[in-house]
Amino acid sequence: MAKGIVISPDKCTGCRICELACSFIKNDSFNPKDSAIAVLPYDSVGLQVPMTCLQCDDPHCMTVCTVGAITKDPKTGVVKVDDEKCIGCKMCVSACPFGNMTYSSRHEGVVKCDLCDGEPQCVKLCPSDAIEYKELDGPLNKRKNIANLFSDVFGEVAE
Amino acid sequence: MNGWVGKLIRVNLSDKTIEVEKLNMEDANLYLGGRGLGSKYLYDEIDPTVDPLSPDNKLIFMTGPMTGTYATCAGRFNVVAKAPLTGTIGASNSGGYFGPELKFAGYDGIIFEGRAETPVYLKIYDDKIQLRDAEHLWGKDAFETTDILRLENEEDAKVACIGPAGENQVLFATVMNDKDRAAGRSGLGAVMGSKNLKAVVVRGTNDINVANKHEFMTAMMAARKKLMEHPVTGKGGGLESYGTQVLVNILNESHALPTRNWQTSWFEDADKISGEFLTENYLIRNKACFACTIGCGRVIRIPDGKYKGIVAGPEYEAGWSYGAACGVNDMNAIDKANHVCNLMGIDPISMGATIACVMELHEMGVITEEELGEELTFGDADSIISWTERTANREGFGDLMALGSYRLAEKYGHPELSMSVKKQEMPAYDGRAIQGMALSYATSNRGGCHVRGYLTSPEILGIPMKTDPLVTEEKAELLKLFQDLTGLVDSSDICLFTTFGIGLPEIAAMLRNTIGVDFSDEEFLKVGERIWNLERMFNLEAGFTKEDDTLPPRLLEEGLPTGPAKGKVAELDVMLKEYYEVRGWSEEGIPTEEKLDELGIDKKAAALDC
Repeated sequence: MAKGIVISPDKCTGCRICELACSFIKNDSFNPKDSAIAVLPYDSVGLQVPMTCLQCDDPHCMTVCTVGAITKDPKTGVVKVDDEKCIGCKMCVSACPFGNMTYSSRHEGVVKCDLCDGEPQCVKLCPSDAIEYKELDGPLNKRKNIANLFSDVFGEVAE
Repeated sequence: MNGWVGKLIRVNLSDKTIEVEKLNMEDANLYLGGRGLGSKYLYDEIDPTVDPLSPDNKLIFMTGPMTGTYATCAGRFNVVAKAPLTGTIGASNSGGYFGPELKFAGYDGIIFEGRAETPVYLKIYDDKIQLRDAEHLWGKDAFETTDILRLENEEDAKVACIGPAGENQVLFATVMNDKDRAAGRSGLGAVMGSKNLKAVVVRGTNDINVANKHEFMTAMMAARKKLMEHPVTGKGGGLESYGTQVLVNILNESHALPTRNWQTSWFEDADKISGEFLTENYLIRNKACFACTIGCGRVIRIPDGKYKGIVAGPEYEAGWSYGAACGVNDMNAIDKANHVCNLMGIDPISMGATIACVMELHEMGVITEEELGEELTFGDADSIISWTERTANREGFGDLMALGSYRLAEKYGHPELSMSVKKQEMPAYDGRAIQGMALSYATSNRGGCHVRGYLTSPEILGIPMKTDPLVTEEKAELLKLFQDLTGLVDSSDICLFTTFGIGLPEIAAMLRNTIGVDFSDEEFLKVGERIWNLERMFNLEAGFTKEDDTLPPRLLEEGLPTGPAKGKVAELDVMLKEYYEVRGWSEEGIPTEEKLDELGIDKKAAALDC
C-alpha cells in the first residue's frame, strides 16, 4: 500500500516549523523559500493551509521533463528529481497544476518533496499533527467525519 | 555568519538616506540581539534625556541570533526606543512572522533616525531597500494598511505598521505586525508615528545558518521535548487548551485579579471572562507564531450580537484590563475591544486600565458627565470599545485618555488613582496578593510590566518551584534571577513562554550551537544581567531615581479586602532594600563601579556619581 502525506488544515497553527524542517534537512540552513512545503495563510478566517507535492500517479512534471530527470518509484510512489540530470529548464515548475514545484536560484535546482526517503521531517516536527504520513488506502479521518455528520443528521434521537 | 546575519539597515528619515552597515559584533557577543543589542545601540546613540517624540529619539527594530531558526519559539523581534509613556528605555517584543522575514531579507535589525517630512514606509526586498510614500496609508488601520501594502508589493510580504493611535501619538500606541501581533507596551507606536513612519514591508529569500548543525538539532529537540511534555506549554497543556486566559480563574481563586481599578482583587464574574469560557464558546482554532510549538494564540468567533465576527482572541492581560479592571463581564465586548486595539494599534493593558481609572474618577464625581459627554461607570461594556476608538482618534475626552491614566489622573488632582509604575499601567496581577510581583513592578526598567520578571510563575503557578506569595523573604534574589533570564530570552530572541517548560541549560545549549561561541550557562545568564544594568543606567541618566521605584499608594496603603492576603499591602520597602543589595547597587539604587566593570558597561554620563 502506498503511503502519502495527509494534510489537515483545521489543525494547522501556522508555526511554519514544517518549512524550517524541510529547508534544514535539505540544505543545512533555514530558508522557508527553499522548502518543498509551504503554508498559505487566510487571515480573514484565521486558516492556514500547508501545501506540498501530492506525488501524483500520472505526474505532469515527469511528463514534461525533456531529460528524464523525474521518475516515479513504482514501489513507494515517490516522484523524484535527479539533480545530476536536471538542466534547470523549469518546465516542471510550470507544469505542476498545484504549484507545488518551485525553483531555487540559490541552489540552482527545483525544490520538490521527496518524502525524505520515507521519513518526512515536516511530519516528524509538526507540533499539531496537521501533517501526517500514512497509508492512503482505506478510509481517512475526513471520511469518518463526514459520515459522522450524516449520522447526526439522519440518525434517530436516542431519547 | 552563524545565527546573526551580520548586517543592519540605518535609515535617516530626515534626509532620506539608507545605509547598510556591519553589525557591531563586539556588542553582539555581549548583548546578543533583540532587547539587549537594541538597547545597547540606543544607549550609545541617543541622549537619554531627549524628548521621546522628537526626531532625536531613535526607533530600532532588532532580531536575535536565534530568530528565524527553529530553536523553540524563535520567531520574535524587539522594537526599542526611548518610551513616550514612561520616559524610560522602552523595549517591546512581538511574534508573528515579521522578525524572521527581516532576517531572511539579510538583516539583523533596522535603526530609524530623524523624522520624515511626510508619511513614508520602508520597503525591504533582500538587498533592495526603498523609502516610499505612505500618504495614502495615513489614517488607515493596521489591517487595511497591511492588505494594501501586500497588494502594492507582494502578497507574501510581512508588514509591521502603526494604526491611527500611533499616527496620533497616543502615548501607549503599539507597533503592529502580521496584523494582530504587537510590540505592545510603552508607546513605541507613538515614536514611529512621530517619525512619520507608517510601515515597514519586508520580504526575504536568504538563508539563516547555525554554527553546529547536528548539535543544534539535538539541543533543539531536547528543549522541544520538554516544552511539549510540560503541563503549561505542552500538548493538551494550559496554554494550548485555553490560551493565556487560562490564568483568569487561577488568579481570581488566589484573589489576585485586580478588579474595578484595583479596588478589590476578586471578580465575581471571572468565569465569564475566563479561558475556559472562551474556549467553550468562541474558539475556532489555535494560532502560533513562527517556529512555535505551543500555539497560545486564539482564532475566535464572536458568535452573535452586534460584535459578531472572526477575530484574534484577547491575551490574559487584555481580557483582564477590559474585563475585571473595568468590571465588565461581557466577553463579546471584551473580544471586540481587543480587536479594535489591533486595528488601531493601541496597547489594551494601558487602554483598559486607563478607562478603569476614569470610571473610578467619574463615580467619585471628579470627572463629570459633561466632560465625558456621557456616563462611564464600571461594568459598562459598550464603553470599552467606543472609548478605545475615541482614544486612538483623540476625539473628545479620548484626547486626554491618550495620555494614559497617570497624566490624566494627575490633571484631576488624583495621581494616586492611576494604577501605574513610572506612568505605565500595571497588568493583571495584584502585588498585594503576590509580593514578588510588587517588587517586579517597582523595579521594572520599563515601568509597570509583568514580563520583565514574571514571579507569578513561582508564586502562583509553582514553576519552577512553589514560593509563598505572601512572604517577602528571598524574593529579591528570585526576581534578579528571573529578570536576568528574561533579558537573555528577550535577546535570543525566543518567546518568554518557553521558560515555563525549559530553563537556562536548554536555552544556552541552543544559543551556543547557533552562534558557535562557547559561553558557559553562567556567561549567558550574565548577558541578561548586563542588559538589566544597562537599561538601569539609561533610566538613571534619563533622570529616574530610587523614588521612582515605587508603587501606587493603593498597593502600599490599602489592605486587600478578601482572600488569603486579606488586609495585606505590598511590603515594598523591605524587598527593595534587599533587591538593591542583591543587584550590587548602592542604597540609592545605582549600579556600583565594580558592578559595571564586572559587566563591561561603559558609563556614559560622568555626572552620575555613585
